[in-house]
Amino acid sequence: MSAATDTEPARRTRATQRAQGWALRAPLLPALIFTILVTQLPFLVTIFYSLQSWNLLRPDSQTFVGLANYLAVFTDAQFLGAALNTIVFTSACVLVAMALGIGLALLLDRKFLGRGVARTLLITPFLIIPVATALLWKTTMFDPVFGLIGFVLTPFGLGDVDWVSQYPIVAVVTALVWQWTPFMMLLVLAGLQSQGRDVIEAGQVDGAGRWQMFVGITLPHLRRYIELGVLLGSIYVVNTFDTIYMMTQGGPGTASANLPFYIYQRTFLGFDIGQSAAMGVVVVVGTIIVATLALRLIFRSFMFAQEGIS
Amino acid sequence: MRTTLRSLAALGTGAVLLSGCAGAGALSAGSDGTTLVVAIVANPQMQDAISLQSEFEAANPGVSVKFVSLPENEARAKITTSIATGGGEFDAVMISNYETRQWAEFGWLENLQPRIDATEGYDDADFIPSIREDLSYEGDMYSVPFYGESSFVAYRTDLFDEAGVTMPENPTWEEVAALAAELDDPEAGVAGICLRGLSGWGEVLAPFNSVLNTFGGRWYDEDWNAQLDSPEFREAANFYVDLVRDHGQAGAANSGFGDCLNRYSQGRAAMFYDSTSMVSTVEDEASSTVVGRSAYVPAPVARSDYGGWLYAWSLGIPATSEHKDEAWEFLSWMTDKEYIRTVGEEYGWQRVPPGNRLSTFKTPEYQDVAAAYADPMLQGIENADPENPSVRPVPYTGIGFLAIPEFQDLGTRVSQQLSAAIAGRVTVDEALEQSQRYAQTVGDSYREEGR
Amino acid sequence: MTTAAPAPPTATPARKSGASAPTPARPRRRGGLGPAALTILTWAIALLFVSPALWLVLTAFKQESDAATDPPTFFFEPTLDQFRTVFASDFLPYLGNSLVATLVSTLLVLLLGVPAAYALSIRPVKRTQDVLFFFISTKMLPVVAVVVPLYVAAARLSMLDTVWTLVILYTAMNLPIAVWMLRSFFLEVPKGIIEAAQLEGAGLPRVLWSVMLPIMAPGVAATALICMIFSWNEFFFAVNLTASQAATVPVFMVGFITSEGLFWAQLAAAATLASLPIVVIGWVAQRQLVRGLSMGAVK
Repeated sequence: MSAATDTEPARRTRATQRAQGWALRAPLLPALIFTILVTQLPFLVTIFYSLQSWNLLRPDSQTFVGLANYLAVFTDAQFLGAALNTIVFTSACVLVAMALGIGLALLLDRKFLGRGVARTLLITPFLIIPVATALLWKTTMFDPVFGLIGFVLTPFGLGDVDWVSQYPIVAVVTALVWQWTPFMMLLVLAGLQSQGRDVIEAGQVDGAGRWQMFVGITLPHLRRYIELGVLLGSIYVVNTFDTIYMMTQGGPGTASANLPFYIYQRTFLGFDIGQSAAMGVVVVVGTIIVATLALRLIFRSFMFAQEGIS
Repeated sequence: MRTTLRSLAALGTGAVLLSGCAGAGALSAGSDGTTLVVAIVANPQMQDAISLQSEFEAANPGVSVKFVSLPENEARAKITTSIATGGGEFDAVMISNYETRQWAEFGWLENLQPRIDATEGYDDADFIPSIREDLSYEGDMYSVPFYGESSFVAYRTDLFDEAGVTMPENPTWEEVAALAAELDDPEAGVAGICLRGLSGWGEVLAPFNSVLNTFGGRWYDEDWNAQLDSPEFREAANFYVDLVRDHGQAGAANSGFGDCLNRYSQGRAAMFYDSTSMVSTVEDEASSTVVGRSAYVPAPVARSDYGGWLYAWSLGIPATSEHKDEAWEFLSWMTDKEYIRTVGEEYGWQRVPPGNRLSTFKTPEYQDVAAAYADPMLQGIENADPENPSVRPVPYTGIGFLAIPEFQDLGTRVSQQLSAAIAGRVTVDEALEQSQRYAQTVGDSYREEGR
Repeated sequence: MTTAAPAPPTATPARKSGASAPTPARPRRRGGLGPAALTILTWAIALLFVSPALWLVLTAFKQESDAATDPPTFFFEPTLDQFRTVFASDFLPYLGNSLVATLVSTLLVLLLGVPAAYALSIRPVKRTQDVLFFFISTKMLPVVAVVVPLYVAAARLSMLDTVWTLVILYTAMNLPIAVWMLRSFFLEVPKGIIEAAQLEGAGLPRVLWSVMLPIMAPGVAATALICMIFSWNEFFFAVNLTASQAATVPVFMVGFITSEGLFWAQLAAAATLASLPIVVIGWVAQRQLVRGLSMGAVK
């Protein structure tokens, strides 16, 4: 492999190969470099901060403390609670939204009067600013006295339930589900519409029932779309901040705080930069571990088809 | 291929250059004048100031004002971050008596005293002494009060008459609790009393601390031993939580000042114990359905003879500001007697920012509209003694808060526990046990340093 | 701007009963519900689902005294007062900042993302999967973990409170998803077409622009739309890194909430106005979204 033994043509080929390699890589580099600069550099700084004891409100308090912050993080019961909440929020929201999204998409996947309008209405919650969505649910919907939900549920004896304080997780998940269902619906609808009519008709000729058709033919066909929806939905919901900030402030107590919100509080209400940085690092590492397992699984199913082409 | 790369690179550089220019442009406001960036808390009184800014700009040609108006928690987070890291976005910031002294000590704030002394007619002796004192560091004022507040009880005279009960002139908490039980009417949707339950040290801890102080409780003893599991603290916490759970408003664990204010103004509570600044909303036709139906008495007491708190929203100039002279022009405009008169004449005297200047209370127009509440308000503010908040000695100052940097974090965490107890998710004992641990960690750090 | 509220007001909450009405229709042997019943059911569910949004718009046209009542007020004299208040509180600069941050960042995402997606699909570089994984993994970073370093960096570079800071961050925020979506659209393009064009001596920009783009148009449109939605709605960076000059619409919303008294009607008006631009764009482009997503998911 040493250069001395290379023959002239071989060297040239390798040079061209290298040039070609760079030519192939070149279009990728701007995006890659940009992403590394903007996302990884600050994270390195966060790692540096996480090794410091630094309270923003005490100038000159910055000292190196090694891993002390990490120790504090792992013994913090509220941090663990927030981690659990994050999992609950994400899985509940993604699963419920997906189930509802499939239902709505099935309803929309046929011609009927005003279909376009109905679809337009249904995608709207996804487009509304989440800050506004959260306020809408917190006030005009869930307010125990003036809220619409209480009014509608009064005949069922649930008129006086104070959803946001008594069932904060349900309240937040409701708002999140409302926001994300249209996204799931759109994806599933896209899947349904890419399904050939002939398959369905063939099934109908065979005399398969609706349910059998759905389970046997439609659902397998939709798998890709559902996986994609779950993946994208999880990525966004796991980082939810504005909805919790606006609806419950993580309360009552820390009952509805997820990790982003909890870290935010420790950063901007506690100003304990060292400790909140350590939390950030722990979350990133944890997420990457979970994601590697989950993502690789989904990725593999996405990849196989593609690798074949290349 | 090569061209794409080059054009992309050019584009990238362009974006950076562009952003650089825009950055510079945002900081210095161009050639024709100065733009002051003022960060304030989004309260009605501040909204009035925003509406009146044209008057300031007319009086100060070449200076324009841009407001950044955010809810309390957000505003505090932004302002603190900016000041502590030297971000320098703001020329004037709204802070309180919690921050002023600490930040003055760190050199983050401009000493305003020389400017105050040099400004003719600005009469700083007219500021209520307790507030003036609390905004001073080593005798110099580092921020000037926009409005000051203590706490008191508003109650609905019509509902009291209907129920055939009367409010004592200087009630105790025991009496208030009994009245709340009497007047609580869930059928009609009227709570006995409205009390804050929302987590956040600026929310539930403000009224709770005033209750705690008069019950004889304290956060720390003289040697920074946390006292959150002491009998007095426990008694105060149980009293507060029981009262709001049994006879308070629905959804108490999520209602802060704004929410309580809304409820009381909509006739949803018979009593309301909170900031004296409530009057600007409760007695304003535009936002309240109970105007003129309330009477006011001083904050209830238990073991001490003072039950209120002291808080002031004030304006300071960050040391990093490049427009200190113009910023002072603005500060002095917004905290001057003349401003109070302008608001009174433009919007009505019930809307003036109250509780910063003694002269306001002597203005006949103000006395007319404020007859019901001016006295208990002034009394609450004047009698507050932040140096000695509790019955027993403490190593900290501050009534509604502890004036130490760690309190933002500690207070937030304890308030979360308290709020969880109000929601019934944990018992008071559990909440205090957890809180005691947080507090002890902070106390330990003080003991080690021997501060 | 306010015409979007042709209130079917009274109908919405009352639909509760409507939702369960069609169930008695027994499934027939093959077709299930009759088409008419199914249509009614679909509409009932659609209206029920979207009723919070309709209620929001309705509330925006109320006076404050009608907004928070028990029981809720359904009939009232509509007013534009609340919208006037919103515009009177200097709403337009925020709108401008949101537009710049959204449009410029989306443009940048496409400029960076299309070549990158090309490199990862048509003639994939080595370790494509790792690169893709890296892109996606940056989306998992909780932004709170990096906001302090970003703030300090922005302060040192004098870039606090400039809309360009948001542009850069939004570009970074959306680029991974965009690369990922765009890549799957590229895989849709038949290889033969590209090779034919390259044989004729067309360079990458030309191939991208005149051969592939027409095929990928719905996909690119869907990607752009997704980026625009997320940029427009972004709150965390906007609230922490801007002050007066660069604050965007969600920040306006939050500043509009006074902590001393929450005014529902005003809030509803602000929320309606703030969401309107992106809602309209979403409505107009929904077909591209469905088509784009369907292209993206198969591969």
